[in-house]
Amino acid sequence: MIVYLLCLLLFCVGLYCILRKRNIIKIIVGVIIAEYAVNLLFILVAYRRGGRAPLHSPDAVIENMVDALPQALVLTSIVISLASTALLIAIAMRIYQKYRTFDITKIRELRG
Amino acid sequence: MNYFAGMIPFFVVLALGGAFLVSLAGRRLKIFPDIAGLLTTFSLLLLSVLAVIAVSGGGLLVYSIGAWRPPVGINFVLDGLAAFMLVTVNLIAFLVSLYAVNYMERYTDKWKFYTLFLLMLGGMNGVIITGDMFNLFVYLEIASIASYALVAFGTEKHELEAAFKYAVMSTVGSLFILMGIVFLYSYTSTLNMAHMALVLAQRGTSNILLMVSILFIMGFGLKAALVPFHAWLPDAHPSAPAPISAMLSGVLIKSLGVYALCRVFYNVIGINPALSSVFLVLGTLSMLIGVFLAIGQWDLKRLLAYHSISQIGYVILGLGLGTPLGIVGGLFHLFNHSVFKSLLFLNSGSVEYATGTRDLNKMGGLIKKMPVTGRTNLVASMSIAGIPPFNGFWSKLIIIIAAVQAQEFFYAFWAVLASILTLASFMKVTKYCYFGRLKEKLKGVKEVPVCMKVSMSLLAIICILGGLLILPRGESLFLGKAGYSLLKGTSYGNEVFEEVNK
Repeated sequence: MIVYLLCLLLFCVGLYCILRKRNIIKIIVGVIIAEYAVNLLFILVAYRRGGRAPLHSPDAVIENMVDALPQALVLTSIVISLASTALLIAIAMRIYQKYRTFDITKIRELRG
Repeated sequence: MNYFAGMIPFFVVLALGGAFLVSLAGRRLKIFPDIAGLLTTFSLLLLSVLAVIAVSGGGLLVYSIGAWRPPVGINFVLDGLAAFMLVTVNLIAFLVSLYAVNYMERYTDKWKFYTLFLLMLGGMNGVIITGDMFNLFVYLEIASIASYALVAFGTEKHELEAAFKYAVMSTVGSLFILMGIVFLYSYTSTLNMAHMALVLAQRGTSNILLMVSILFIMGFGLKAALVPFHAWLPDAHPSAPAPISAMLSGVLIKSLGVYALCRVFYNVIGINPALSSVFLVLGTLSMLIGVFLAIGQWDLKRLLAYHSISQIGYVILGLGLGTPLGIVGGLFHLFNHSVFKSLLFLNSGSVEYATGTRDLNKMGGLIKKMPVTGRTNLVASMSIAGIPPFNGFWSKLIIIIAAVQAQEFFYAFWAVLASILTLASFMKVTKYCYFGRLKEKLKGVKEVPVCMKVSMSLLAIICILGGLLILPRGESLFLGKAGYSLLKGTSYGNEVFEEVNK
């Protein structure tokens, strides 16, 4: 149980970073932390204590095995977060070229 | 077994294949991106009309990818609601790509635009037809990531700022959705929506479902820009190029937000009175706060973006009522809103194309110089404000009647009030932009090129004729089937398995 709570705590650290930090790079780091936390949670719910890989062989009796599906799904999820992080960093670079700063309190032309 | 089931994957394959071909060949052949974009969206539109006919019998069609049957494999499900949404999305996509042929001449690298546009379309179609929870997340992200890039397409200061804000908030929304999927998976040990519905129906309610519901409302609410989660929309939608604003406001927030929300809550988790009242409250808040914020705007596109929030509120209000009439009204308003809001955004794009400004104070008297834009805008404004012969009136009327029938007089009152405020704010647009004295600077303004005119006129014709959909024949073919898909609730699971095992 404590592992899950720590995992949610990590997610909250990411969210805090997104909401409270003023530097664009730190916000992106916050997004990455939150993504890691969710991926970690996905792996954790599939873990069984003392479980083994779900490989079938004729002589072995499988009693306790780890759920392998989330591991495949998390790979997909990591690739997706890679794409969105790459795009975020690309946008951040262009923002720096235009505004010459990473401080979001100075990048506020849209309001109302 | 219906022959059409084999055609279902083409909704995704055609769009993704089109995006691939455009990115491959579009750089050298200047004419290719336009032709490929138009052909792809047109064939998707034809396919979706065929899809409506294929499910008109009332059943649903299932395609199992790689012949792995559910619950093991991934499957695509086409039912009344999916066919309805496919028609909405692909109709708008076709007209928008027709408009973009001329409009996107202002930008360099047209092929990049079409690549991202088709990727976004493929993602949206995928969200609509998929029958698998994780697959839904993947398509949602394809559409979202393409839309972040499209918002930043102009790479000017405002576009980049809006795109960054949108990308961060929407990524957080996706993470909430993914977390909801993780909890649902750990509770039900399956990812297939139909199987999940069956397992959840057996298990009954529990606290984990409450948590999943909250996560999904936050996640899909962020995608749909319901009021507490709406902060990104008024920046992101105006900053995109006009065709993309029309796509984002017209269909993206609906297919990724409203459709996914309804599919998950009605067909998988199962609606209950508490959830209904959450929908009603969120819908009413969006309706009112959106319209109040819109009235004070002087930037034309920003005003339209706030109205999107307000009109999404109507859709959610109708769907939250949960009565057959309310659901049909909500879906009808969803269709109507995609038509008239895309038209309004295309109009604002034409005005910007011709005059180079979006500030209402700098316009005036444009209807004399731009008759087609002016007249179509008048039609769209009257539709969104709910003036009788146009489609917006009928859907709002149905929603209000449904609210009164369900004894929710409180919500019906706010719906009427928001409609009056919408009328006021569109009178302002029409007065400052199209009527009044022609400004000295705008004497040389010309009407926009032919493709843009054709696209806007077609949308205006749909606005006028849209009200006919509510006649008994149109209702039973198109809206009634879609409403029925939601009303049948979690027996969706049984129907999918019956269809697979046939």
